[in-house]
Amino acid sequence: MNSIIEIKDVSKAFGGVIANQSISINVAEGGITGLIGPNGSGKTTLFNSIVGHHPIDSGSIKFEGAEISTFKVQQIARLGLLRTFQQTRIYSKMNCVQNMLISIPHRTSGILDMFKAHSPETNERALELLEFVGLFSKRNLIAGDLSFGQQKLLEFAMALMNEPKVLLLDEPTAGINPTLINGLIDRLKMANEQFGVTLFVIEHNMRVIMNLAEHIYCLAHGELLAEGKPDDIQNDQRVVDAYLGAH
Amino acid sequence: MRLSQNSIALYVVVIALGFLASLLFPNELAQISGLVIVVVLIQTWILANKYMSVGQRAFVLYAVVIICGIAAPFAFPNYVTQIAILWLMILFALTWDMMGGQMGYNSLGNIIFFGVGMYASAIVQIGLYYDVAQYTSHAGAVKVQYDWFQYVFGMGLGLIAAAISAVVVAVVLGRVVFGLRGPYFAIGTLGAAIAAGELVGAWDYVGGGGGITMPTFPGSGDERSLFFYFALFGLALFTFAFLKWLYSRRYALAVNAIRDDEDKAEAMGIHTLRYKTVAWAMSAFLLGMSGAVFGNMSGFVEPLEVAFPTITFGIFMVLMALLGGKGTLWGPVLGAVVFHIIKELTWTYFLGWQWVALGMLIIINVAYFQQGILGWAQEKWPDFFGLTVDESDTREAAADASGEASK
Ligand SMILES: Nc1ncnc2c1ncn2[C@@H]1O[C@H](COP(=O)(O)OP(=O)(O)OP(=O)(O)O)[C@@H](O)[C@H]1O
Ligand SMILES: [Mg+2]
Repeated sequence: MNSIIEIKDVSKAFGGVIANQSISINVAEGGITGLIGPNGSGKTTLFNSIVGHHPIDSGSIKFEGAEISTFKVQQIARLGLLRTFQQTRIYSKMNCVQNMLISIPHRTSGILDMFKAHSPETNERALELLEFVGLFSKRNLIAGDLSFGQQKLLEFAMALMNEPKVLLLDEPTAGINPTLINGLIDRLKMANEQFGVTLFVIEHNMRVIMNLAEHIYCLAHGELLAEGKPDDIQNDQRVVDAYLGAH
Repeated sequence: MRLSQNSIALYVVVIALGFLASLLFPNELAQISGLVIVVVLIQTWILANKYMSVGQRAFVLYAVVIICGIAAPFAFPNYVTQIAILWLMILFALTWDMMGGQMGYNSLGNIIFFGVGMYASAIVQIGLYYDVAQYTSHAGAVKVQYDWFQYVFGMGLGLIAAAISAVVVAVVLGRVVFGLRGPYFAIGTLGAAIAAGELVGAWDYVGGGGGITMPTFPGSGDERSLFFYFALFGLALFTFAFLKWLYSRRYALAVNAIRDDEDKAEAMGIHTLRYKTVAWAMSAFLLGMSGAVFGNMSGFVEPLEVAFPTITFGIFMVLMALLGGKGTLWGPVLGAVVFHIIKELTWTYFLGWQWVALGMLIIINVAYFQQGILGWAQEKWPDFFGLTVDESDTREAAADASGEASK
């Protein structure tokens, strides 16, 4: 399978803290790739590097074969490489529908598109996706008034509204009610299969990631510790040690 | 009974007008007629609510405001200038809110565009028939006497120059200050406004601190005040109509997104710098033109008190939007009306204490009343504003519910 994201020897340090140490990862096009590792192992930092949130110290990041490590956040987002935040971020004073409407892809927006009205199709799509994540009944509520878990779902729906090619999800199930987690896994899989979105997912919940991902990378202390199929990772002694050692 | 944001606005506007009317005419006849006007207007509105659709009601509201606006200078001939300034205040509050309320960029320097527009029009209007440097160096010795055509033509060109130069300044300044966020943006823009006044004060070509006398109006005194009244009224009306349209567009959600979380907006691919620049440029466009009109209206342009009055007009803009309710369309309008009335009253009845009274108003507003008049009313009577929420679970259920409601 083709790699849609190719990360090669990427390093990133914050002052004395080496958050990522020559990490190489490939994200398969059309698949679901997992990223695990103990707290502070550098997962979010890697996401931030990919989406251009901060410059990397060295290495190369390619998206669809083109180098993007010097691009700005907005440019990368408009290429169709989108991320959600570990500390969920939504537009807190707008209602859910408005949050969705402004999350349309801005790839081809020109100056005059600012003054366009929202098309009925966009409206319809926004409602469909809200229904898809189970927030339809909350659609007219102010997003900041939703519970944390609901905000997480809204952020996911907003990301889908943006029609990304690749979606980087930073702990999508954190804070979600355990009884809803299975539903969310199904939705992630549907987004992958039906909408054709490649997923790259950070997850602490082992059951979730083993169930979801086809290929998993494990970080520890900023370095790539192991990679492989879910079963291999689960039985890898180094991974087990890293997780036990960290807690 | 469900009322829109519009109707609250109307009550306040109507009561304010009536109040103003009775105060301005301190004899009983005028006070009584003021009261009659208020009662008739409120009665019309109540009837309108009973028998009209939302669209028709909005139409009535706009018609009433426009008729009042047209009638006001004839009804209160002694107060034409004060009412003209009210329209200017409404424009100030609305254009400030484009950035501060809708986009979360609290500019304390929007007065720059007012001043830039004023000077641009002065240079064009004088420069059309005179050498500006020579004219200013004779400081008022040369009286500029234009005929009607020269005057109106010059002012038309002046308005265009004002709008364009204000936009250019907004775009250039935006490149510098849009890197700042939160309080740093506020302080940065405040600094820019103060600097602008000082810079123009040191620029001899436009007369420096001594200022420029504008061309003399070719008509009578009454014609003059009516001319400028309708210029400001028209400009304020245009601003409102433009924003009403603008806020129904994608633009509105994008700038609101920037207000709520700019990093998120960037991460979602929104062209944040483009939106910020366009927002500021549009508010500069409107402010620039208002500056041109105001410069001609006052007849004399000078940097600190007239063109770049940072601590009066510059701060009033912010106050009015906060008082009425920032981030809404009607809030700044309400705020401007209430503020202007309070200000005129304190300036009349508490002379010497007016700044103290104004300071108190600021403190109460910021400490206890942050959501403003409109925000407070919306919180208090959500049903009244149609802010109730349909909690149907699926799209089919929602369709059923709305079907039933319309039966
Ligand atoms: N902006 C920053 N400035 C300084 N240090 C940072 C910054 N971002 C991350 N770090 C440091 O880099 C290391 C890796 O952090 P990162 O957030 O990538 O971990 P993580 O794997 O996402 O952890 P978690 O599972 O807890 O979310 C940590 O030691 C953290 O303190
Ligand atoms: Mg993290």
